[in-house]
Amino acid sequence: MRELLESLTTPYSLTDPVEQRPDLAFVTAGRGQLRPLLMHLRDKEGFTHLVILTAVDWLEEGEFQLTYLLSDRTHGRDIGVRVMIPRDEATMESIHDIWPTAATYQRELREMFGIDFPGSTRLNEDFILEGWADIPPYRRDFDTLKYADETYKQRPGRETRDPAQHMKEQLYPDGK
Amino acid sequence: MKEELEKRIVKGPDGIEFEVEPLRDYYCEAAPTVMPQAYSKIIEGFFNWARAESLWILGFGTGCGAIEMRPLMTPRFDAYRYGVQWRPTPRQSNLFIISGYLSVKTLKRAIRSYEQMQNPKYVIGLGSCTINGGMYWDSYNTIKCLDDYLPVDLYIAGCMPRPEALLAGFEELKKLIRAGKAEGANQYAENFEWYKANQKKVILDWDMPDYNW
Ligand code: SF4
Repeated sequence: MRELLESLTTPYSLTDPVEQRPDLAFVTAGRGQLRPLLMHLRDKEGFTHLVILTAVDWLEEGEFQLTYLLSDRTHGRDIGVRVMIPRDEATMESIHDIWPTAATYQRELREMFGIDFPGSTRLNEDFILEGWADIPPYRRDFDTLKYADETYKQRPGRETRDPAQHMKEQLYPDGK
Repeated sequence: MKEELEKRIVKGPDGIEFEVEPLRDYYCEAAPTVMPQAYSKIIEGFFNWARAESLWILGFGTGCGAIEMRPLMTPRFDAYRYGVQWRPTPRQSNLFIISGYLSVKTLKRAIRSYEQMQNPKYVIGLGSCTINGGMYWDSYNTIKCLDDYLPVDLYIAGCMPRPEALLAGFEELKKLIRAGKAEGANQYAENFEWYKANQKKVILDWDMPDYNW
């Protein structure tokens, strides 16, 4: 894994390499480098399988982090490529031509985070949320509790307890 | 509205063109009606006994609870010995188990399936998610009060209730049916407007007929 990271760092100007486990590493790439890097990993290094494409909302930094997790089945190792993109009017180049499965992830990211992937197949079709009109729910400035209270009727009488405290009272009622 | 539901001109195999309006032509517009009791009390009692002894469950799983059905229908817990069995289509079943949280998307499908079932029909809410939202009480995408949307005859509490709890629930439901108290389908027909208003409040892209019969 280490040799792989070292061989990639300079040609693709990667930053922040993290070797999480001997068989799992993460690197950060510039968005322009992503496509050549993925092609290289897929065709030359044997990372033929796109495991997941997911996003993290860094609200304070005003950025989305996209993580492309790839797997090399022959050698049993995984690599995660991270790309930071600006949060405002977030768009990213689509990779559905490299892995067709990416179209589904991109469709989900479009719906849940509002990230656009121009050209990706069926991108704007509803995925899980049908007829959603609010801001995308996985964005961190979306207030889930407020939305739930406004939209759905809560059944009255619901209590929340601290599990540790509750079990203590149940098991040792005299306080010992 | 989905394209396939819109009014359009269709050309038949014989070359004749005609107009199709799917919502009117493919579905019955009539709202559900209340099913009257049998003409005599004894007969109704007999019907209820027969209904109680053949609970046929719609094979529709939602949330975590669908996984509890597998041990229930296989030899370990063997629900079949109580006259309970699973059916592949709504037309053949009379018991709908909502087996956990219902997202808005699933709710839409659940309503359609429920409305396609034949009378008399029963609904069991399984697990705390159906009762008050359970651990998804603050979720943006799940309903919290199942009985606002479908007429529920019985709730089984727990997260997730074990198959034994379901078996006990079936016995309770049988008692309700035999006592003539499981009138969910009639309740649905009587308060149809109210149920529809609740359903439409959360299902934002309502693109189906009001009654999916
Ligand atoms: S009650 Fe618990 S087990 Fe059942 S659907 Fe909800 S979270 Fe899952």
